[in-house]
Amino acid sequence: MKTLTVSVVTPDGPVLEDTYEMVSCKAENGELGILPGHIPLVAPLAISAVRLKRDSGEDKLAINGGFLEVRPDKVTILAQSAEKPSDIDVARAQKAKERAEQRLRSNDDHIDRLRAELALRRAANRLEVAQPR
Amino acid sequence: MASLRDIKKRIDSTSKMKKITKAMEMVSASKMNKAEQNAKAFVPYSEKMQEVVASIAKHTDATHPMLQTREVKKTGYVAITADSGLAGAYNANILRHLNNTIQKNHDSSDEYTVIAIGRMAVDFCKKRNFPVAKSIIGLPDQPSFAFIKDIASETVQMYSDQEIDKLVIIYNHYVSAISQVVTTNQLLPIENMDTTTGSSSQYEYEPGEEEILAVLLPQYAESLIYGSLLDAKASEHAARMTAMKSASDNASDLIDDLSLSYNRARQAAITQEITEIVGGASALE
Repeated sequence: MKTLTVSVVTPDGPVLEDTYEMVSCKAENGELGILPGHIPLVAPLAISAVRLKRDSGEDKLAINGGFLEVRPDKVTILAQSAEKPSDIDVARAQKAKERAEQRLRSNDDHIDRLRAELALRRAANRLEVAQPR
Repeated sequence: MASLRDIKKRIDSTSKMKKITKAMEMVSASKMNKAEQNAKAFVPYSEKMQEVVASIAKHTDATHPMLQTREVKKTGYVAITADSGLAGAYNANILRHLNNTIQKNHDSSDEYTVIAIGRMAVDFCKKRNFPVAKSIIGLPDQPSFAFIKDIASETVQMYSDQEIDKLVIIYNHYVSAISQVVTTNQLLPIENMDTTTGSSSQYEYEPGEEEILAVLLPQYAESLIYGSLLDAKASEHAARMTAMKSASDNASDLIDDLSLSYNRARQAAITQEITEIVGGASALE
């Protein structure tokens, strides 16, 4: 089976580097599945989970503010933050989610709706990735 | 000549001070190591970012405001300093450079604004009545990207909103533990992109080149600010370590000198006492 080298890099350092058989992620305009031998591609990623698949199982990462660079045998994900399920602080994400929801519910003009929405999406994404299956 | 007691007091207080500076030196040394590691951990991200941006810029004629020079009506200066002193010339160098640059290039305060990072820069600008657009104090010693993200993206946003037409960053570049150099970099518009490092492979862009640039360039600019901050933090700890080391060395020298004069004074006192006793005894005979 052909494999891809996947490396995930954030400003705080590399998060992961390993070989996988398939990368599936959510770009800004739809789901993307990358298999070995893909044509070179650059695409921004939504705040979402990236799934990395191989024989021995599947790994998930919560990605925020990133993009994807694909070459035939290598995939690089550059993101402002990327967390493995084990690194996610569930309690904190839960609190962030509640706070963002509360902000969005209140009809105060002073709050930055866009920012609250982004915060909500980040928190929801973290919670989803952290959930054990 | 100072009395024995006075000299003794000075020796005591100097050695107490030396203990403190010695401790601060060691604390800074360990912080510097950590900061250096952080700066190193950031390198893969910035290199990759640079590579992708350069290769897009090379292969397309897509344009973006951040790549185009426009008439400069207002310049933004990002000055990175520490929150506290006791770091030798670290803060003074930055602030002097900022002051000189502003005096040289601008006649009125409408032509520039400062984004002050660190308490020293904030206080300096307040004292000189420089307009400050944004400021942040209380940065941790090992700042994470999340901490600086807000101010970085707001600063980049100022450029996008045409509030400023040029963004310059002034910080201390970390050369080695004993050498830090004041560095001025133009962040925006992005010029002199090193296109030779870009990979030669032609990419497919999803959704389109312009959209990619719109997402990528702000992130690129933010990452440059973060990179400079990490560099500056490593410099700060190095400068503080060097300053504290020379303070400890000076304290040692001072203690040596003082001990010498203490011993001389003590010897003189003993000699005097003996003379007095001998004098007294011979007067009785």
